[in-house]
Amino acid sequence: MVSCRRIAVLVPYALACAPKSSLADSILSPAGPVSAGDRIILLDALVIMLAIVIPTMLTTLAFAWWFRASNGRATYRPNWTYSGRLELLVWSIPTLVIFFLGGVIWIGSHQLDPFNPLRSAAKPLEIDVVALDWKWLFIYPQQGVASINRLVVPVGVPLHFRITSASVFNDFFVPRLGSQVYAMNGMTTQLNLMADRPGRFLGLSAQFSGDGFSDMVFDAVARPHAQFSQWVAEARARGPMLDRAGYRALLRQSRNVAPYTYRGVMPGLFDAVAARAVPQSDGPKKRGAIPSGGT
Amino acid sequence: MSFFGKLSWNAIPFDQPIPLTAAATVIALFTAVLVWIAVKGYAPYFWKEWITSVDHKRIGVMYCVLGLLMLLRGFIDAIMMRTQQALAFHAQGYLPPEHYDQIFSAHGTIMILFGAMPLVVGLMNFVVPLQLGVRDVAFPTLNSVSLWLTATGALLVNLSLVLGEFARTGWLPYPPLSELRYSPGVGVDYYLWAVQIAGVGTLLTGINFITTILKTRAPGMTYLRMPMFCWTSLATCLLIIAAFPVLTATLAMLTLDRYLGFHFFTNTAGGNAMMFTNLIWAWGHPEVYILVLPAFGIYSEVISTFSSKPLFGYRSMVIATMFICIVSFCVWLHHFFTMGAGGDVNAVFGIASSIIAVGTGVKMYNWLFTMYGGRLRFTTPMLWSMGFMITFITGGMTGVMLAVPPADFLLHNSMFLVAHFHHVIVGGVVFGVLAAIAYWFPKAFGFRLHEGWGKAAFWFAFVGFYVTFVPFYVLGFLGMTRRMQHYNVAEWYPWIMASAFGILILIGGIVCQVIQLVVSIRRREELRDVTGDPWDGRSLEWATASPPPVFNFAVLPHVGGVEAYWNVKQRAREDLRLGQEPHYEPVEMPRNSPTGFICAFFATVIGFSLIWHIWWLAILGFVGAYATFVGFAWRDVPEYVIPAEDVARIDRANRAVRQEALAGAPPS
Repeated sequence: MVSCRRIAVLVPYALACAPKSSLADSILSPAGPVSAGDRIILLDALVIMLAIVIPTMLTTLAFAWWFRASNGRATYRPNWTYSGRLELLVWSIPTLVIFFLGGVIWIGSHQLDPFNPLRSAAKPLEIDVVALDWKWLFIYPQQGVASINRLVVPVGVPLHFRITSASVFNDFFVPRLGSQVYAMNGMTTQLNLMADRPGRFLGLSAQFSGDGFSDMVFDAVARPHAQFSQWVAEARARGPMLDRAGYRALLRQSRNVAPYTYRGVMPGLFDAVAARAVPQSDGPKKRGAIPSGGT
Repeated sequence: MSFFGKLSWNAIPFDQPIPLTAAATVIALFTAVLVWIAVKGYAPYFWKEWITSVDHKRIGVMYCVLGLLMLLRGFIDAIMMRTQQALAFHAQGYLPPEHYDQIFSAHGTIMILFGAMPLVVGLMNFVVPLQLGVRDVAFPTLNSVSLWLTATGALLVNLSLVLGEFARTGWLPYPPLSELRYSPGVGVDYYLWAVQIAGVGTLLTGINFITTILKTRAPGMTYLRMPMFCWTSLATCLLIIAAFPVLTATLAMLTLDRYLGFHFFTNTAGGNAMMFTNLIWAWGHPEVYILVLPAFGIYSEVISTFSSKPLFGYRSMVIATMFICIVSFCVWLHHFFTMGAGGDVNAVFGIASSIIAVGTGVKMYNWLFTMYGGRLRFTTPMLWSMGFMITFITGGMTGVMLAVPPADFLLHNSMFLVAHFHHVIVGGVVFGVLAAIAYWFPKAFGFRLHEGWGKAAFWFAFVGFYVTFVPFYVLGFLGMTRRMQHYNVAEWYPWIMASAFGILILIGGIVCQVIQLVVSIRRREELRDVTGDPWDGRSLEWATASPPPVFNFAVLPHVGGVEAYWNVKQRAREDLRLGQEPHYEPVEMPRNSPTGFICAFFATVIGFSLIWHIWWLAILGFVGAYATFVGFAWRDVPEYVIPAEDVARIDRANRAVRQEALAGAPPS
C-alpha cells in the first residue's frame, strides 16, 4: 500500500521535527500579553483542580486495593452508610474549590474579555477581518490596503480587530497571540491582541465552515514596526484594487488560496458586509444539484 | 418536479467505492439475516415475541441491540477519521472533504443519538420497572412506539449511506452552513427528519417513565426507598421532557427555513444564526446529562453490589442528582463563550458550569466511601466502574478548565475539547453501559457473560482509550482545531499517529467484547444463573427469576427499606428458609400490539418522502400513521389474564432453587 510507505517516510520526518519545534505553535508559549494572560488563567485553573483531583484518584486506587475481598486485614463495615462529618466534607470540598475557581473565572472573564482595549501608550492598529468561503480577508483601514490569507502585524502595537463573516460561521484564532472570537454573519465582534515578539505564527479558523475548512489556515506574521511599514508600502505599490467587482469574485467558493495583497480597498466595505448591505457568499456552484456520495 | 421528487439514479454513489462497498455489505448482511429468519421459520416468533411485544424487558433488549449496532457503526466512522488524519499530513488522505465531513457528522449524530441514547433508554426500560417492583411501564404500547420511532431515525441515517448523502455540517447543523444556500443537498434533510422522528420517540419515553416512576411503584416503595438508578432515570426523564421540545422546535425552524423559505437563521431577511446556536445547546447541554445521569445510577448500583455494602450517603446522592438535573439547564452558553457576549455573561455561565462539578464531586466521593469498608469483588462491571472513576475525574477536570472563559478562548473547538468530551462520554456513558450490560445480562438472558473475555475487553478498551485520546489533549495545546481533513503542521503529526495506534488497541477491545458474547452463548449452560441472584444483589430485580417471567413478580413485593431485596434476603439467610409462600392471584398483562411497528413504518415513509420531496408519498404516510392510531384507539381488549395456577407454577420453581441455594450456602 502506498499509504504504508508514506507513513514509513513521514514518521521519522515528523519525529525529527518534533524536538526542536514541539512548542512552535503551542498555546503554552505565548507571543503576546493576551495569550500570556489566558495561559496564566488556564494553568491556575489546572493547578487548583489538580490539588483535589490527584488525591482523589490516589484514594480511589488505594481504597480499591485495600478493600479487595481477598484482603483479610481490611475491616468489613457492611452497615456503614452514613457519616454526618464526611457528608459535610464531601459537599464542602468541591464547593470551596468551585468558590475559589469562581473568583478566578469572574476576574479572568472580565480582565481578558476579548472586547477590552489593551493598555498601551501606542495607538492601536485597526484590522477588519472578513471570513469568506474559504479564505480570510484582512482589511487595514488606516493604511488603505488589504491582504488575503496573510495577517501582517507590527510588534508591540495593540491590534484592534473587528470581525465578521460574509458567509457561514468561522472563528478567528492565532493560538500564540491568544483569544479566539467567532466571525458571524450580520454581526461584528471585536478582539484586542498584541504581538510582543516578531515571528511567523499559525492562524486558523476554529469553527468548521464546510468543505474548504481545512484550508482556512493562514500565516500571522509579526514584524518590527519598520518592516511592517515597509510591507504596507509594498502592498500599496502593487496588487489589484478591492472594489465591488473584486469583492464579488471573493464571494465565490475557493480553497487553498495563496496569499496576496490589495493596493486599495473600497471605503466602508467592512461595515457594508457586517450590515449585510453587499451580497453574501455564493455557496456551492451547482445549487439544487444532488451531490452523490454516502457517509 | 418529477414523480419521485429529487430522487433519481444519481443519488446512488456509483463513482465512490467506499460507501458503495459498505452499503452493499450491510444490505447483504441484512438480507442474509432476513433469509435465515424466513428459512428457519423464525418469522412468526420474531413477530409475536419481539416486534409486537410491549413487554418492557423485550423492548429494553431491542433498544440495547439497536444501540450496540449503532455504536459499531459510529466506531467504524471513528476508525475512518483516525486513519484519514493519519494519512493527511501534507496530503489529502483517502477521504475528500465532501466525504470526510459526512463521516464526522454521522459519527457524532450516531454515537450520541442512535448509540448512547438507545442504550441508556434500553437499560432504563429493562431495569426501572423491575427495580420499582412493578409489572410493566405505565403505557406499554406507547413504549413500543418509542422504540420503533427511534429505530426509524437510525434507519434513515443509515439510508443516507447508499441514497444521497448525510449532513456535512457537524453533528449539530449550525446555520448558515446548514441552510439551503450553503448545503443544498439532502444531507441536512436526512439529519433533520431522522433526529426529529427519533426525538418524538425519546420524548414519549420521557413521559412514559416519569409516569411509571411517579405513579406505579410497589407498595411501600416511597421516593426515598427507590434504588439510585431509578432516581437518576427520573432525573433524566425530567430533562427529556424539558429539553426535547426545544430540540423539536429548533429543528422545526431550520426545516421551515429549508423547505418553505422562512428566515429564522438565514443570512438574509434578518435571520439570526446565533439563535440556533443558543437553542440547540439549550437542548444539547441537558442532553449530555440525559446520557450520563443513568450511567451514574448504574455505577451506584454496581459499586454498591460489588462492595457488598449499601450505597454511602444515599440522600446526598439523591440531592446531587436533582442538583445536576436543574443546574444543567443553566450552562448552555459555555459552548460558545467565543461569541463575545462580554465579561458578565461569560463569567455567570462559567461559574454555573463549574458548579455542576459540585454535584458530580459529591457523587464521586460517595462512591469512594461506598468502597471504604467494603469487600470489593473485581468482576467485569466493577472494572468498568473503576475505569470510569479515574477517567471521569480527568474528564471533569478538563471540562471545568473549558468552563473558565479565558482558558476556553485558547481551547474552544480544539482537539483538547474533543479529548474532554470523549473522556466524559466514553469514560462516563459507554463504560457505564458496558458495566450495565455485564451486570444485568444474566437477569435478561438467564446466564452470565464470560468473565475472562469481559476483563480482556475492559483492559484493551481502557488502555486503547487513553492511547487514543490523551494525544488529543496535547494536540489541543499545540493549537490543533477539530474537524480538519488535512493539515501541514509537523508538530501535530506524531500525536495523530499515536492516536491512530490507540484506535488499533480499541479495536482489540471491541473484538474481545464480540468474542465474549459468542463464547458466553456457546457455554451458557455452565454460566447459567440458576437462582436469579448471581451477584448477591440488593434491589428488587434480583428477587425474581432470571430471565424474569413476563409478569416480573408473581406477587407485588412489599418494600420496607432502601434496599428492598437485601433486607428480605438477610431475613431468609438468618432463618435458613424463604418467607411464607404468597397467595397467588391471576395477573393481568397488556396484550402485544403491532401499533408501534406500523407507526414507525409510516414514519419512515414520511421521513423518506420529505427528505426527497416526494409529496404524494408523504401524504400517504401521514394517512397511514393516522389510520393506525385510530385503529389502535378502537381496540376493545387491551389486556389478557394469566391464571393463578400458571403464576404459582412459575414462582414455585424459582422459590425451590432459591430455597436450595439457601440451604447450601453458609450463613453470612
